[in-house]
Amino acid sequence: MTAETGLAALWLAAALSLLQLALGFAPGMSKSGSAPIRAVAVLQGGLTLFAFAMLVLVFATTDLSVALVAENSHSAKPLLYKIAGTWGNHEGSMLLWVTVLGISGAALAIFSRRLEERTFVAALGAQGALALGFFIFLLFASNPFARLDPPALEGRGLNPILQDPGLAFHPPTLYLGYVGLSVAFSLAVGALVTGRVDRELARAMRPWVLGAWVFLTLGITAGSYWAYYDLGWGGWWFWDPVENASLMPWLAATALLHSLNVLASRESLRAWTIMLAMIAFSMSMVGTFLVRSGVLTSVHAFAVDPKRGVFLLILLAFYVGAALLLFALRSGRLSEGPEFELVSREAALVGNNLLLSVILGVVFIGTLYPLFVEALTGAKLSVGAPYFDAVVGPIALALMALITIGPLLNWRRDSGERLKRLIIPALLGLGAFIILLMAVPQDGLLAKLGFGFAVALFPASLLPLLARKLGRTPLTTYAMVLAHFGVATAVAGMSISSLTTSETLIAAKPGEIVSVGPWSIRFDSIRPIAGPNWTALEATLYATRGGAIETLKPQARFYTDPPTETTQSAILTTLTGQLYTVVGQQVGDRWQLRLWWKPMVTLIWLGGALIAIGGALALLGRAWRGWRKAGVR
Amino acid sequence: MIGKPKHQRLVLVVIALVAVLAAVLLAMWGLRDRAAYFYTPADIEAGKAQPGQSVRLGGMVEKGSVQRLSDGVTVRFVLTDGAAKVPVEFRGIVPDLFREGSGAIAEGSLGPGGTFDASNILAKHDERYMPPQMGNQSAEHQTAKTVAK
Repeated sequence: MTAETGLAALWLAAALSLLQLALGFAPGMSKSGSAPIRAVAVLQGGLTLFAFAMLVLVFATTDLSVALVAENSHSAKPLLYKIAGTWGNHEGSMLLWVTVLGISGAALAIFSRRLEERTFVAALGAQGALALGFFIFLLFASNPFARLDPPALEGRGLNPILQDPGLAFHPPTLYLGYVGLSVAFSLAVGALVTGRVDRELARAMRPWVLGAWVFLTLGITAGSYWAYYDLGWGGWWFWDPVENASLMPWLAATALLHSLNVLASRESLRAWTIMLAMIAFSMSMVGTFLVRSGVLTSVHAFAVDPKRGVFLLILLAFYVGAALLLFALRSGRLSEGPEFELVSREAALVGNNLLLSVILGVVFIGTLYPLFVEALTGAKLSVGAPYFDAVVGPIALALMALITIGPLLNWRRDSGERLKRLIIPALLGLGAFIILLMAVPQDGLLAKLGFGFAVALFPASLLPLLARKLGRTPLTTYAMVLAHFGVATAVAGMSISSLTTSETLIAAKPGEIVSVGPWSIRFDSIRPIAGPNWTALEATLYATRGGAIETLKPQARFYTDPPTETTQSAILTTLTGQLYTVVGQQVGDRWQLRLWWKPMVTLIWLGGALIAIGGALALLGRAWRGWRKAGVR
Repeated sequence: MIGKPKHQRLVLVVIALVAVLAAVLLAMWGLRDRAAYFYTPADIEAGKAQPGQSVRLGGMVEKGSVQRLSDGVTVRFVLTDGAAKVPVEFRGIVPDLFREGSGAIAEGSLGPGGTFDASNILAKHDERYMPPQMGNQSAEHQTAKTVAK
């Protein structure tokens, strides 16, 4: 019954989204104000959430008469992974996607009160249109509630690589980011319909973009760390198409966040901001298409039913096409905003937007190029780190320079007087670069430059707080400082770890002593152990670099349902870096060991976390300001 | 910002177009020699890959061909597509599901002696996973299913 209830809720929600679309755009409908469409949006979101809860219930109880459960779950799995298994498959994750879409629409209906009514109604209509397409996709091409007759005796299990706490939170976090951007898209559509792109719109859109951006930042950071420790390859970013799929909306959202500040403060960059809002969610849809259609070679691409890929492509083309058409028809009517000088905060933010857009462009082309080539010529190729590092790296460095300068400039025009404060940070950065140039013989100019820029940005990012009364500085300034400081942190971690990582690959007998970087590691023993649905060979390593002796226990694991082997790395985190150990296969009486010493690598994720906290602080600052204003009134 | 204030919008539009153009040119420059083509052993035998050029080589690991060198971490094997055979050498820990008789992709370049130097090996990831590029070659794992994300 649970499955049927869920399916019924889904159909009902789909019907409501059609109604929502009609209420949003049909002429004459707006006479009754925004109350009806608000109610419909809330109800639609609630029903979708209910349907999702039903699917979680079906997974939690391992109802093997539901095809999806039988194919992807197993009764012996721990409860956490049964629940996480709900979105660890195509249908379930699409339902989660649509659920977030519905909840976003409902939240927009509940919380956005200050926006001009006609814009708002059209935005909710657009949100309904988005939901409708994806409901149709779910109901006709990816029904998660389909029954299996007769029921299976036992489930087929879940990929053990995915049986990890990371999986429980990673996709939902990313989806909140992806789909949260739908609200920016819808608001942009609404603003184009009414032609009102102003301060009010920017202020209405900003919390959604900030929120989505925080979740995307967290999702990407967590995903990177998850890939780092779970795959056992020692890398933290692979330029895998699926990683790019989450990076592209993030780049667009980062640009949008900055141009929204211009729109909110100065009412400039109107058409551009609208365009970015549309691009940001389009990138979310591109990402969904790339991941869900299975067109790409990747750890995440599991050849799926081609019908679904085509369906998603049609949805994508339709929404992006409709948005671009609306933009082409209406953007000319937007009046031009106030002017600004070449040296000004606005100009720096335009620069930020340009560089982020170019990065977005080259990542987009690099990710999709193999698809086009294969479709056109049949040749198969892959585009990986050599391409992305070479083209993204230099632009990212230019962006670092801009982050250092931009926050010190005034709106509208600036004499450049305050840039003198950058002399000391610049000298520090230059010094760090020269030291690296001399101390680290191997190449890696990009990383050395990156570290120089990061060293300059550390103090420079704090300068906006200089000579201000710290108690009266708005929370949003602190937020910006923290996020930019986080960028410096992450880039420093990337540069240093890529320049100074040491690696040892060896086949060793128990009792042997192996060294990597400053560490001396004794391979003590290896023995079998067992978990709930796996067995493993666990190595015991004693590591020391003069001080205390640390124990690491990497495993080679064997899962029973489905039969699969995985490597479980063991990582020792110290203040100066991470010792990363993996045990491989047995070779005679020896065992393969792969050891890395990665100085400062933790800064990468620490930086990501700081950026996300900065975003959350900005959100809090805006909410606090809004709340205080409301209180004064 | 630049030039007469009247033309600011025009200037911004031009800047946006320049950015798009820059991205496209930069991408084309980067892709020209950094995209790794996917070849089968037959392609290699036909001389499609230049020595030193970074490519991906996909095929089946020939039964009985896997041998480990005495250092314990270097492995030699033969990738075949039925028509041709290419010897591959790889130093590292092979993926969990690297087996004789099943599919694998070697990333690397062709050495001067005709041996393929692999810097990375991708294998069938679990019983249901199959990179689409390998899916075309063997029909036995066509029933793959989606997992994760």
